[in-house]
Amino acid sequence: MTMADQNEALRLEYLANFEYDYAAGAYATRFMTELKETTRLYGTECSECGRVYVPPRPLCGICSARTKDEWVEVGPKGTLTGFTVVEIPFIDPMTGEKRPVPYGFAFVRLDGCDTNMYHFIDETDHDKMWVGMAVEAVFKPDGEREGKMSDIMYFRTLEEK
Amino acid sequence: MTRSSAIVAVGQTDYAAKRLDVSIPEMVRESVDRAFASKDLDFSKIDAVVVGNMELFEGINMPEQWMVAALGGAGKPIYKLNTGGTVGASVAVMCDYLVKSGIHDVVMGIGYQKQSEGETQSAITTVGDPTWERSVMAGAIGNFAVMASTYVRMSGVTPEQAAKAAVKARRNACLNPHAHLQIPDLTVEKVVNSRVLAQPVRLLDMCPQSDGACTAIFAAEGLAEKMTPLPAWVAATATAHDQQFMGDSPARLAEMRSLQTATQVVYDKVGITNPRKELDVAELYEPATYAELAMTENVGLCEMGGGGRLIDSGATQMDGDIPVNPSGGVLATNPVGATAMIRVAEAALQVMDEAGEHQIPNAKTALATGYGGNAWTEALILKQERG
Repeated sequence: MTMADQNEALRLEYLANFEYDYAAGAYATRFMTELKETTRLYGTECSECGRVYVPPRPLCGICSARTKDEWVEVGPKGTLTGFTVVEIPFIDPMTGEKRPVPYGFAFVRLDGCDTNMYHFIDETDHDKMWVGMAVEAVFKPDGEREGKMSDIMYFRTLEEK
Repeated sequence: MTRSSAIVAVGQTDYAAKRLDVSIPEMVRESVDRAFASKDLDFSKIDAVVVGNMELFEGINMPEQWMVAALGGAGKPIYKLNTGGTVGASVAVMCDYLVKSGIHDVVMGIGYQKQSEGETQSAITTVGDPTWERSVMAGAIGNFAVMASTYVRMSGVTPEQAAKAAVKARRNACLNPHAHLQIPDLTVEKVVNSRVLAQPVRLLDMCPQSDGACTAIFAAEGLAEKMTPLPAWVAATATAHDQQFMGDSPARLAEMRSLQTATQVVYDKVGITNPRKELDVAELYEPATYAELAMTENVGLCEMGGGGRLIDSGATQMDGDIPVNPSGGVLATNPVGATAMIRVAEAALQVMDEAGEHQIPNAKTALATGYGGNAWTEALILKQERG
């Protein structure tokens, strides 16, 4: 057989549906519990260079020094460090369904934090966003939060051009 | 005490969006047979095999078990790697370690992927940490577009400058009989008017999804010279990683820290102080047009922020002073698990003077990079002189 007659070739379809159950770990449990109960966001601060990390973690990746036991409150406001409007549909990994397009998608640097977080933005006009634009986290209401990153539904823009 | 190692043979499949005519083992074997045929080699000369891909893309697990025959691996060591998009280059680096260390004399490295057999963009979402990152993952394109916007902001690169990388790639690919996307009449205008995937990234700014396999055979000094007239000596390799989460780097595309680190290490090892002058050709792992421009900055072919001006100057064209991806690159051919191996193999073909129509005359020193996963880099320098 050659590439030319590949339509003659046999193909086998396979559909799989697996379920997974991940342990989030001590740092995520502490972070997510605060998120669920108070909507407050916390990062960990390097004891040497002072960088503040979200997700929180025990070690600074730059200094390899331990982070401080006392966590630092960050956000809920922040700024865009990168942004786009996604116009091609992808499978949403949480549902297995295609996520409706278009939607705003960005890197947000939370105030008081040195790292960026990918998240959704409530803006689908690319020309109305810019690097440095102020945004704010919008949380699920009390009673509906589950202790997951999706408790932050999206970030809303706080500025206009 | 280590010894020298060299790439002595390269074999590549025909790359295409779908290779329905072959199973994965048959596709791998196609590249192996072509490597053997190029230098009158066979399985009896091979001491060990290193193989790599991103198997989740095809929904398979440990496929090297059922491709032992294709690898000629029965009774021999088979090593398997997965380092994401870099895996092909990781395979090459491991082959080099195994030969240089004296553990094996002749090692065959293979990277492969059959993207047509699975849902790549969905599989890629499992690269994100399930607790922190997965819920908002937007495939490779959404993530990439966000990073590209930061790069555009920092460098001032225009869509037209990015489009020139797309045109260069698909036109160079016309000179490479293996390449997937060969578009002789592509223009900047067509690229900047192609469908928006996620601003600033348009359809023709992105690499394709391909099926294919690439093999390279590494041999120790003393053997290599007998196998081929101009072995591609592996003068230096380096591996570098960045921090663990996607958002940890301050500007992931504009400042590719692991790419800067790894290329500086290989330049230092071989005494390169001016890569633009001292390299004859580069095969960079550019998954998108904006990435190529940023990468030319980060590997030191121009000043930071100068990627747009570099491509405007024509320097990275086939007839420029530092051709980048004469093979057509990732923008023309992207079977992910093979892609970084193709960079190494194509750099080797240049140094071996075997690149055919896309040969850069007198290419004696070549850079190959793999860049993938979460900002992971492999860098290799191949030289015609053993040194």
